[in-house]
Formats: sequence, structure tokens, C-alpha cells
Amino acid sequence: MTDIAPTDREAGTDSAAGVLLARTPNREKILQVVIPVLALVIGILGWHLAVTVNQVPRYILPGPLDVWDALWNDSATLWPALLVTLRITFLALVIALVGGVGLAILLVQSRILELALFPYAVILQVTPMIAIAPLLLIYAPDTQTALLICAFIVAFFPILSNMAQGLKSVDHNLLNLFELYGASSWQTLVFLKIPSAMPYFMAGLRIAGGLSLIAAVVAEFAAGSAGQGSGLAFRLLESQYRLNLPRLFVALLMLCGTGIAIFGLTSFISWLALHRWHESAIRREN
Amino acid sequence: MTDTALSPAEAGQTPDPRRLVVAMRDVSKLFSNGTLALKGMSLDVRAGEFISLLGPSGCGKSTALRIVAGLGAPSSGSIDWPSSRINSRGLPEGDVGFVFQDPTLMPWATVFDNVHLPLKLRGVSRAAARDTVMAGLASVGLADFAGSFPRELSGGMRMRVSIARAMVTRPKLLLMDEPFAALDEITRQKLNDDVLRLWQEHGVTVIFVTHSVYESAYLSSRIVVMRARPGQVHADMRIDQPAGRDQAYRTSETYRQTCQVVSDALQKAIHAAEAAP
Repeated sequence: MTDIAPTDREAGTDSAAGVLLARTPNREKILQVVIPVLALVIGILGWHLAVTVNQVPRYILPGPLDVWDALWNDSATLWPALLVTLRITFLALVIALVGGVGLAILLVQSRILELALFPYAVILQVTPMIAIAPLLLIYAPDTQTALLICAFIVAFFPILSNMAQGLKSVDHNLLNLFELYGASSWQTLVFLKIPSAMPYFMAGLRIAGGLSLIAAVVAEFAAGSAGQGSGLAFRLLESQYRLNLPRLFVALLMLCGTGIAIFGLTSFISWLALHRWHESAIRREN
Repeated sequence: MTDTALSPAEAGQTPDPRRLVVAMRDVSKLFSNGTLALKGMSLDVRAGEFISLLGPSGCGKSTALRIVAGLGAPSSGSIDWPSSRINSRGLPEGDVGFVFQDPTLMPWATVFDNVHLPLKLRGVSRAAARDTVMAGLASVGLADFAGSFPRELSGGMRMRVSIARAMVTRPKLLLMDEPFAALDEITRQKLNDDVLRLWQEHGVTVIFVTHSVYESAYLSSRIVVMRARPGQVHADMRIDQPAGRDQAYRTSETYRQTCQVVSDALQKAIHAAEAAP
């Protein structure tokens, strides 16, 4: 009975070790970039052709070139507006993260608290946020705060419910193991429950990221604030009133870009946290 | 059965010089759904023993093991730890290691961090635990896999990590709950040898739950055969095993005879349960 060398002795029996994701072949990588870009270019060309051939007036449907011009000419109005919307979106997301995760942890620790707060969480979730906006505009000290609260309420619930679900979905054997080694409830929370809730949390984060932008825009529509400190959604409405369609398209484009950026960012965070261990982030190899 | 050296070990009749590690006294367990999982089980576990709890499904062997581990209190009876410091939960301080049927590893943590866990929960830092953890991994032949994640390992290797984790606190008592039931025969035989080697090298006391006659006959110095409805001890036999058991022993006449005796006892236990009202 000497020491065992598993690499040798297990070879041929159950040495399925180390089969991690193989590289995507280069050809497929190129295809993955080229095809979507090509499809977009074709779409824009088609748009341009449709507008020029049919001679559609700019105030009905601007062509891509008009939008391009507007992007440069109107940047003085639109960029600050974008920043306002971004500020609301991210602030709301951060508060929702802290609040959602914090409350989920509290809920999971105490069954009574969970039962008591559950109806409030559901009421907040199922009530269409746009319907609360007028009330918030009355009660909040200023419009910005009202917008922030709106975006927060919408982003909050997916994080709360996903995190709570995740904290409750811990492997029972691992819980037994922690109990066996006399882990305190704090240790169990930090070393077991929170890590095993990460995939759920990340799903909640990706939903909440998209929703917080949507909520910020919808809240701005409802608030309709003018002048100083107004966001992109208000600029969008304003462009519509003035039939300045190129500017409206630019505003839309910026919102779309922001949405993509948020999606990319949250997906990247999720990948960073999960790619070493969770099935969702690992390429299936058969 | 002349030279197989099997003898019934009536608990308490022959005075045993070895230290008593844990004693179950008339332990019963009634589940909330009304099932009597365990009835009046008494078992003296002495230092250095390798005890297998052998029996069919539903005979309460896993329940007994969990009660010893402190996972779920007995409905009646008591568990005594005569030679251990007892903590506030009535369990011996750091004296017990447990290996579950599944490897039960944390998928988000590396092999090293998984084995480090029991020490971390006691406040031993990563740096301070490094040597102990690496020695534990080396003893199951996984030193090269410290940085791997559980999903990158095969089933047998995961189970080795689980065993290394259970041994990292240097427990006096190692509890194993059908640890190799889900593994293929070849891997299982290797892991049996690993466990036997750990038992011999570390002098740890082992309680091993299994439903395999061959596994129990190969590993144990004592086999407790259990029967179902309700779960209880049916037979308790000592087995004098040769020290160096290996592949040759698996095909030896001695081993075959041991298997025969154990198998007969198990059959009797099963029939007794079926005959019960």
C-alpha cells in the first residue's frame, strides 16, 4: 500500500477530469461577428433606400444620414439628457441591489418577517408603476427623486425574489455539513447561502438592469418635467411635439445603446462570477 | 467456518480494553410521519474499530449514522461520548468527520477551498491551513488538483475530495454514509483501498454504512447487520481481517467465506423483517 497516484491509476476508469471548454474554432468566431454586422448594415441600407426612393419627408421618416447629422448637431441637448437618464437608471439599480439583497437576507433569516413583508412586496410588484408615478410626483420633494423611486420600485422586485429564492435553494447536504462542523448562522450565510444564491442573484440582476432603464424612461414620460435636468425620455417627447424626427431617432438610438450597454455589463458581471463553476456559463461539450 | 475467525460479539459481555469512542444506548427514532426508523439500538464503538452498518434499504442504518453525527436528535435513548470534550450542542468538539453519499462539495469553491472548509469554520486562515490541506489532498492522491473546481473532476475524484475534507480535522471518528454507492465497481474498489489505508495510517475509528456484503466484508473489523420494520440491530459480528488486504485478498478463500457468513446473516435479517407483522 503505497501512495496512490490518481492520474495514472484512474486513467481509463473515470478520469473525465479537466475537460474544460475548448476554444471556439476561428472560423466560427469570424462568422459570429460578421453575420450580425452584415445583417445590420443591410438593414440600414434598406432603410436608406426606402427613404430616398420613396422621397419620404424628414418629418415623417428620416433616413439614416439625417439621423447621423442630428447625432452631431443635437449632441449639446441630448448628451446631458442621456446623463440624467443614466444617473437615474444606475442609482435606482444600485439602491435596488442593496435593498433587494439586504431584504432577501432578512426575509430568509426570519420566517415571520417573510410572511409579514410578502404582501407589500407583491403589491409593489403587481401595481403598474406608471400608475403610482402621479402620486410619487406629489409626495417626492422633487421630480428627480420621484423618478428615482419609480425606477427603484421596478428594479427592486426581481432582485429581491431571485435572491430570496437563491438563499432558500441551498443543497441540504451542504447545510448538514455546515451544521456538523458547528458553523454559526453568520458563517453559513456568508460561506454557503450567499455563494450558492449567486446564479439566482445574477439572473435577477440582468432582469433588473433592463427594467431600471425602462422604468426610468416610463417615469420620465409620466413626469414630463421640462427645462433644466430633464432626461432623454423627455427630449424624446419634446422632439415628437416639434416633429423633429431625426432628433427623436437619435434619442431612441441612445436609449437603445444604453440598454445594450446595461445588458452587456450585467452579462459580463454574471460571467465573471459564474464562469468557473456554474453550468449556465460553461459551454456544453458532447 | 473453522478458520475464518468469525465470532459473535455480544456487546458488553467480553470486556474490551480499548477506549470507548461513542456509545448508543437504546436509541429510537420516530419520524414525524409516524415511521419508526430505529428501535432500541445500542452500539459501543471502540477506538480503532472499522464498523460497517449493513442492511437493506429502510433498516435505519443511515438514520443511526446521522444521529451519531448530531444531525437530528434521537426520539429516545442517548448518545454518549465518554472520551471527548462536548460542545454546547452535545457533540464532541471537532472529533467527527462525515462523508455523505454524494460528494457534497461546494461547486463554486476549488478543491483546496472545499477541503479547507472545516478548518475555515473554526477560524483557521487559508495560509495557516495550507500545509494541512495539501497533506490531506496528497493522502488521497489529489495534490495536483488543488486549484480545480469540483465539476472538472470525475465522480471518484470528487469522493476523494470529500474524504480528504472529512479527514482534514483529524477526527477520532469518521462516519461514512454509503459513500461509494453511486460509483462504478472499479472506482469503488480503489476507494475501498484508500479508506482502508487511511484507517490503518491514521488510526481513525470508522462507522461505514453500506448495503454491499462484499464491501463490508472487505473493509470491516466488525459488521453490524441491521433489519427493517422497524430498523434495529439483527446481528453483530467481529471479523479478524488480515492487515494487508489487497487485490489478492479479494479472490482468497478467506474473503469468500467471510462474504458467505455475512451474506447469510443479511439474508436472515431480510427474512426476519419480511416475517414481521
